Amino acid sequence: MLESETLVVLIALPLFSSGFLLLAGRKADKWGHLFATAIAGSTFLLAMIEMFAMVGREEANRALYQKVFTWISVGSFNVDAALLLDQLSICFVLLITGVGTLIHIYSISYMSHDPDRRRFFAYLNLFIAAMLLLVLGDSYLNLYVGWEGVGLASYLLIGFWNKKPEYATAAKKAFVVNRIGDLGLSIAIMVAFAVFGTVTFKGIEEQANSASQGAMVAIGFALLLAAVGKSAQFPLQSWLGDAMAGPTPVSALIHAATMVTAGVYLIVRSNFVFDNAPIAQFAVVIVGAITLLFGAIIGMAKDDIKKALAASTMSQIGYMILAAGLGPIGYAFAIMHLLTHGFFKAGMFLGAGSVMHGMSDEVNMRRYGGLARYMPITTITFGFGYLAIIGVPPFAGFYSKDKIIEAAFNLGGAKGIVFGSITLLGAVITAFYMTRLFMMTFLGKKRWSEGQRPHESPFLIWAPMVILSLGSIGSGFLLYSGKRLEYWLKPVVDKGGHKHEEFISHATVTTMALTAVLIGVAIAIAKYRKDIPIEAPEKVSIFTRAARKDLMQDQINETLFMRPGLAITSTLVKTDEKVIDGLVRGVAQVSLGSAKGLRRIQSGYIRNYALLILIGAAALIAAIWVVTL
Amino acid sequence: MDISYYLYLSAALFVIGAVGVVIRRNAIVIFMCIELMLNASNLAFVTFARIHGNLEGQMVAFFTMVVAACEVVVGLAIIVMIYRSRRSASVDDASLLRR
Repeated sequence: MLESETLVVLIALPLFSSGFLLLAGRKADKWGHLFATAIAGSTFLLAMIEMFAMVGREEANRALYQKVFTWISVGSFNVDAALLLDQLSICFVLLITGVGTLIHIYSISYMSHDPDRRRFFAYLNLFIAAMLLLVLGDSYLNLYVGWEGVGLASYLLIGFWNKKPEYATAAKKAFVVNRIGDLGLSIAIMVAFAVFGTVTFKGIEEQANSASQGAMVAIGFALLLAAVGKSAQFPLQSWLGDAMAGPTPVSALIHAATMVTAGVYLIVRSNFVFDNAPIAQFAVVIVGAITLLFGAIIGMAKDDIKKALAASTMSQIGYMILAAGLGPIGYAFAIMHLLTHGFFKAGMFLGAGSVMHGMSDEVNMRRYGGLARYMPITTITFGFGYLAIIGVPPFAGFYSKDKIIEAAFNLGGAKGIVFGSITLLGAVITAFYMTRLFMMTFLGKKRWSEGQRPHESPFLIWAPMVILSLGSIGSGFLLYSGKRLEYWLKPVVDKGGHKHEEFISHATVTTMALTAVLIGVAIAIAKYRKDIPIEAPEKVSIFTRAARKDLMQDQINETLFMRPGLAITSTLVKTDEKVIDGLVRGVAQVSLGSAKGLRRIQSGYIRNYALLILIGAAALIAAIWVVTL
Repeated sequence: MDISYYLYLSAALFVIGAVGVVIRRNAIVIFMCIELMLNASNLAFVTFARIHGNLEGQMVAFFTMVVAACEVVVGLAIIVMIYRSRRSASVDDASLLRR
């Protein structure tokens, strides 16, 4: 592995900028956003330089390593704060810095009326630094620092408009749910240290084949819990919808393109764990399958454009998690879908932000309609993202999603058919809800109120959208053609060079997937060609009603965890008050009571004291007399 | 005459003094009873000195007299002050510490 001296600059730049902007105060208000954007842009440039340098090196020498300092050195436990840039990390670094820079540019205009714009940009830079540390850490412990860092940045940014109490609550909810996942990661780290005596990826990988099955399964499940929390997967998915309380650029960067995909990164990075723990790996597939349907079903019923997109994000990450659970045949496609999704979903979120910008922050799609005439650029860029996510060739999603469906069918046997069908069904629903979203927003009759003056957004807002839409068009083919990404990632995720059996031909899968898309689009067109009522209809099936309420996820969490938790707490409080405080008070009562009795002796009359002294003296003398006699 | 009669006298005087301290209310009378008890013990000391044939008891008796003299000075001063402030020398009235 080659040594590098400059990797740390990638993280240090945005971290420094974030701290600087937060400390600089109001004086930096005028230029803080430009400074932060320049920093983000320069990290992207650095990442590009690293990328070209890496492509230029031999395959065996591509990974770069930098030891920054010795972090922990206790007995046999040594952790260096060290960075690792390999073929997998560089994909993420480019995605984070690239999309991140575009979103910085977008936010300059989007947040221009906000008095706290400088603080917003400081948080964005903090996020970039933490996310880069997450993907560049060479051990689980370094990753953990970044993992918590992005959690913090996410919390700060969801609650950026914390003057509204419900937004602050949404931020808190995201943080609390994420903590459960973080617990999984810390357990995984502890088990890994107990079993292997090291927490670096390299160290664990070397011992992975000889480790006990039990340990591997334990680590696998703990890592899955971590991924489930951070990536809003079933059953810890409830926070993502509420996280849309944050400003739209945040939703695009953190809750669509980068942070929520950290779970996928964690699983792909831990391929050596999951490949040696088939039970945990299968659990990953199940979680992915459930979430991809779960998110898609919620997406069908949402009228809030951002929440519909959030449900879609959940569903698409379900695809990635499912692919990551398929093992070596799926890792590369999970990452491919992650990258293409990063482009088209970020693009669509920015599009939604642009729509909101033109519609005075209205988010209800039932009050949109016919916006294509007023916002042509937004419509076209959003349209490219839309075609990409439903998987129309030659747009990006077609390549990445098709490969996941194919890989699922290639599991073979009943499993292959079940999971293959689920992914296909997911594709139908995705096509349905995205068509619904697109038609409700941009096509049909206008349903907005008289006061609205929809207009195209300024250049700084649409320029990033155009670039991202180019990514939604081209990135899929670019990564797919000639199995480019597969070969690129092979040294990291598929060292053994596994042979994949083919149960189903590529052409069949493509036909089926395209049919699925056609069915979904056709149903949506048939249903939403008619006039759409401005108020959501009340007389709907129980499924729609459940889907509107996020399939009861909050209610389930409330009855299963929150209420019993409250009951336990109140029982503990009562125990504390009655038993423990009771004991303490009891002791006090006893001494008080005895004091009350003894106080009667203190009459205040001198003769009483004199008599007592006399009796005492007499008793003393009597005692001495008895003893000596 | 048997020397032990002095001891009986001393004991009798002491008991009279003690009973006086316990039952009387006038501070002056209580004070005189205390003096009586001190002198009863002086008598006992002197008697013991005589019994043992040395001077230690007589020496302690002198000490007691000195202490008694000091005590009289301080005690009388207190009693006079109390009497001046509340026109009464009854010790039952002076039970302020309890309240």
